[in-house]
Parts: sequence; C-alpha cells; structure tokens
Amino acid sequence: MTTSRGRHRLGALVFLAPGLTYIVVLVLVPLALVLSFTFFQRGRFGGVIYEFTTENFARAIDPLYLGVVGTSLKIAALTTLIALALGYPTAYLIARLPRRWKTIALIAIVLPFWTNFIIRMYAWIILLNGPGLVNSGFELFGLGPYELLYNQGAIVAGLLYSYLPLMVLPLYAAIEKLDPQLREASANLGASGFTTFRRVTLPLTLPGVLTGSMFVFVPSFANFVIPEMLGGGKTLMVGNLIRNEFLKARDWPFGSTLATALVAVLVLLLLAQAWAARRA
Amino acid sequence: MFRSRFTRRLPAVATVAGLALAVAACGGGSSDSAETAPRATAEQLDPNADLTKQSINITVWDGYTPKELPEKVKEKLKVSKMNVTLHATNEEAMTKLTVGGDSGIDVAFVSGQYAQALNEQGLLEPIHAELIPNLANLYPEATQLSYDKGNKYSVPYTWGTTGICYRTDLVKAKPTSWNDLLKPPAWAEKKVTMMTTERWLALPALKALGYSVNTDKDEEIAKVKELLVQQKPKLLQYDDTTFGDKLKSGEAIMVEAWDGWCPTTDEKKNIEFVVPKEGSDLWVDTMVIMKSSKNKEAAHAFINYVLDPEIHSWAAENINYKVPNKAAMEKVQVPEGSLLGIKPAELLNGESIIDLGQASTKYTRMSAEVTAR
Repeated sequence: MTTSRGRHRLGALVFLAPGLTYIVVLVLVPLALVLSFTFFQRGRFGGVIYEFTTENFARAIDPLYLGVVGTSLKIAALTTLIALALGYPTAYLIARLPRRWKTIALIAIVLPFWTNFIIRMYAWIILLNGPGLVNSGFELFGLGPYELLYNQGAIVAGLLYSYLPLMVLPLYAAIEKLDPQLREASANLGASGFTTFRRVTLPLTLPGVLTGSMFVFVPSFANFVIPEMLGGGKTLMVGNLIRNEFLKARDWPFGSTLATALVAVLVLLLLAQAWAARRA
Repeated sequence: MFRSRFTRRLPAVATVAGLALAVAACGGGSSDSAETAPRATAEQLDPNADLTKQSINITVWDGYTPKELPEKVKEKLKVSKMNVTLHATNEEAMTKLTVGGDSGIDVAFVSGQYAQALNEQGLLEPIHAELIPNLANLYPEATQLSYDKGNKYSVPYTWGTTGICYRTDLVKAKPTSWNDLLKPPAWAEKKVTMMTTERWLALPALKALGYSVNTDKDEEIAKVKELLVQQKPKLLQYDDTTFGDKLKSGEAIMVEAWDGWCPTTDEKKNIEFVVPKEGSDLWVDTMVIMKSSKNKEAAHAFINYVLDPEIHSWAAENINYKVPNKAAMEKVQVPEGSLLGIKPAELLNGESIIDLGQASTKYTRMSAEVTAR
C-alpha cells in the first residue's frame, strides 16, 4: 500500500517537474527579484543600489499614482462590461450552432490572434484617424470628421477588440456544457424564456462569466501599449507608469514597487473571483 | 535609420528584463568598485606598437557603423581581430561597461552625457591625441562640447539637435518659437505633437521659459508642467516615433522632432525644420576608450581610422546623421532640403543634455503629472 502510493507520488513529481520548473524559474524568481528591489535605492544607470529604504512605498501612496490606478480601473471595468455584453450573446449563439458551424465560428473568434498585435493596432489607427476609413465613410453622408483616435474611447475600443475572444471562449465552454434538459424542465414548469435565463442559465454559467471577466480585466488593467498607440500617450495607465519608471526614469526600485502593488491588486481580484465562483 | 534611432532612445522591454537578472546576478559590486577606482591617469602608449598582436572590440548601436567596417579595419590596421557587439540603448551599453570587471570592450559608442559619467567613475582612458592625427579633421566647434571640452576622454562621432518640423503648405505662419508649439494658434489645434521621452517633453517649455535644459530647480520644473498641462488639450498626441509619418499624411502640421527624423527630403518638398529662436539642445554620440582595454594602441588607431573622411562620411550619407568631421562633411553631397546642412556653429548654440542623477526623477514625476491628467 505505502510503496504504491510512494510510486504514485514519484510519478506525479515527474509529470509536474516541467511545469514546476517553469513556474519557479520564470514566475517565482522574477517575482522575488521585483519584490526585493522595492526595498533598495535607484542606481544611476538603472539597476539598484543595495541600500535598504522604505521610501519607495511612501512615494507610491500619492494621489497622483492613486489617480492613475483609478483611471486604469475605470477603463478596464468599462472594457470588461462591454466585452461581457457583447460576448455573452455571441457565446450563447455559437453554443447553439450545429457542430460544423461551431468549429468555424470558434476559429473565427481566435483568428485575430494569428496576426501580430502591433500590426492590428496600426490597423485601428488607420481606421480611426482623421483622414481614416471610418471618417471617410462619415464624409459620404456629409458628417464628421470626428475625433475618434487618441482618446480614452479609442483605448477601450482597442482593449475590447484585443481581449473579447478571452471573454467569449470561457463563456462558450460554460454555456456549451449546460444540460439542455434543465432549460426544458424550466420551461415545462411554466417559466418564461427570460425567467429560465435568469434563474437557470445565468447562475449555472456564472463561473464562465467570472473567468471571462478576469481574462479581460487583468490584461486591460495592466496594458501599456494600447494607451500609447491608440490613446496617443495622453492617458496614463498603471502599465505605462511602470514601463516609464523602468525604461525612461531608470528607477527600477520604484518601478518594482508599482509593479508589486499592481500584482497585489490583481491577486486580490483573483481571490475574490475564486471565492465568488465557489459560491456560485 | 529610423529603427536605429528608435532603439537608441527607447530601450526594449526585453532588454531591461534581461538586465534585471544580470544585475541581480552580479550583485551590487559594480557601483562601489566604479567609485573607488583610481582616476584616469595617462598610460605610456607606444606609437610604434605591433598592432598585429592586438585586437579591437567595440560596442555600438546596430546599423551605426558600416557593415564592412571589421574587414576594412583588419586590412588597414593589420590587427589580429575585430569584434563588434551591439547595444540597443545607452542604458544597455552602460550596464555592459559598468557591471563586473573587465568588459572586454576597447572602444564604446555612447552619448556625450554617458561618456561624461563613465569618466567621472574613472573607467575611461584619456585620449592620446598624438596617436590620432585625424582629430585635425574635426570642426573646431567639435572640441568645445560642454560635457568634454578639448576631447580629453571622448571623440565625437555624430551630433544633432531638436526643433520644430512642420508642413509648409498647411501652417498659416511658419513657426519660429517654441511657443508656436506650446500655445498652438487655433489653426494648429489638435494638429501638433510633442515627444514623450521626459527630457525632450520638457525641452520646448524649458527653452521657452529661458531655463536650462538641465535644470533641477523644482519651481522651474513646476512652471514647465503648467505650460504642458495647458498645452495638452490642444495636442494631437504625444509621439516619439511616428511624427514624421503624421506630418506626411497631414494629420499633424507641426511636431517636435530630432533633426535626423524630420523628413525634409520627402519628394513633395513641403516639410521644413526650424530650431526655434529660444534655442535647443545639442546631442552628441561619442567614441570612448575603456581604461580596462588591453589594446589601447589599436583602439586609438581604430578611432583615427573612423575619423578618416572616407569612413566618417558614411554616417552622413547612409544614416542621415551629421558628423562633426569637417573633411568628411565637405565630401558629402548634401541633398536639397537636407538637414545635413545645419552649420556646426548653429548646433553649438544648443545646450547639451547631461545626466541629472537623482534629480532626473523630478522629470519623470512631472511627465506623469502631465500625462495622467
């Protein structure tokens, strides 16, 4: 009995080893480095001087940076809500398609990922800019030109476009595995379509909703490329702040402090999501 | 050219991630050892040294020297070997040169303020002018650069400035002052861009207010912030990389630009560059010889060779950077409208941006305050 369990454990270790190595070397070690940098001082040419200080934390609690966090939360939350509003019906419809069409629809959802991210963002610039395609379209009807680019709306559009598939896929997985008999039973017992959705479908797919929302919220919150490219650098998000501290200010300790704060916020959100999913 | 300039100013994320590990791995020894290192004292060098026993190792921005340079150097100087390593940014070069003991680099290409910092840390070999007769090819102005007057420890390779690049056919009046950009008239609203890299973000306002580009005074930086906050709603965007294209498409009509990036030679001939009357900066990329070099005679011979008009003119002809070499510039066919024609005396009116050490965080904060609004 004990030997077989021991062998079992050894086998598990062999299979876990690559994953564990990956997590330790590429996640835990860098995270530990970032965490340790938060207590040191800025080196003149980047890097850190190994002298203990807590000044970085004092600097981080500042209305300026809290305001940036607020902006990022607002943009990420708006993106997530719109993604949910668009993603749920999409996933619902795909789940009800015949098998063949399902596959095609799912491929279509992930298709944008096959193109380089930066190129897709440039495509948005060409679509939305002053003399761009969208404004040319408006012009045909004697409208515009509108200011579509280099504002927060453009950032939300870019984030939404980039991360919508991450909302649709978990939702699809949740809706797909929902037993159709449950809905039938609900209808047989006299519930209207909306009541069935509200009392049966939605509660049962809530874990998918939460997962999808996290998948969209987390990368939106930390993104720095889209605010720069589509936001015209006029909106500062947390990701930009961290990027700037490392690459422009060469202040690694402070950048690390901001990064640690960001990780802490996201971990809290993930915990909340896990808790909510267990209750659902 | 655009690419090399881009990487020059804006470090890649990946680089920093790698550096973070490298620096952590090497421990904190770098800064202490650098500070306690002895000041540069001239070593006796042998002008008749046998170069066949020496090699040359340089670190330089990608695309910044001719591809065939190693072969030419080997053939001309008869050195045993020439290695070229690349860096994407000044920061990356500094890490390479300051972390650990002997970097194995003989000659490094870094910007003036970084050469100054390396020298302050005692890491540079003084330039032995007697081994570089081609120094005579430099413009007299090129020996008067504020970070290193008299070229004691660095030799300039390229130089340039920052100004306003604009569409002659779309502006109602040609810009002459930084205020044309900072307080754009109604016809230019939402059609101007500014650079986002902090020191250049601050430059127009600093100059417009008559301050030094290297100020670390809080009240002056606060005034700069005020101007930039007022300007923000009138901007098209902050842009370090694509402002040339924005001008060509007409989305922008006036942009803050580095001279080498302003597309004045575009076939439509509707783009011009002006250094505003309040003045601007002067940036210089230099060649320095490391104190730790074991091939100092070869290193001097290498710099001498680069200063040869045949070689030095390459940068002006191929990557559109002005070189501080009179003999080389006289060789260059300056295309109509090209900014290669800016005179050294004009350039020298510009103020060199120097590294501000800890005070540079003030600029970071100011820039965050402006962009976070």
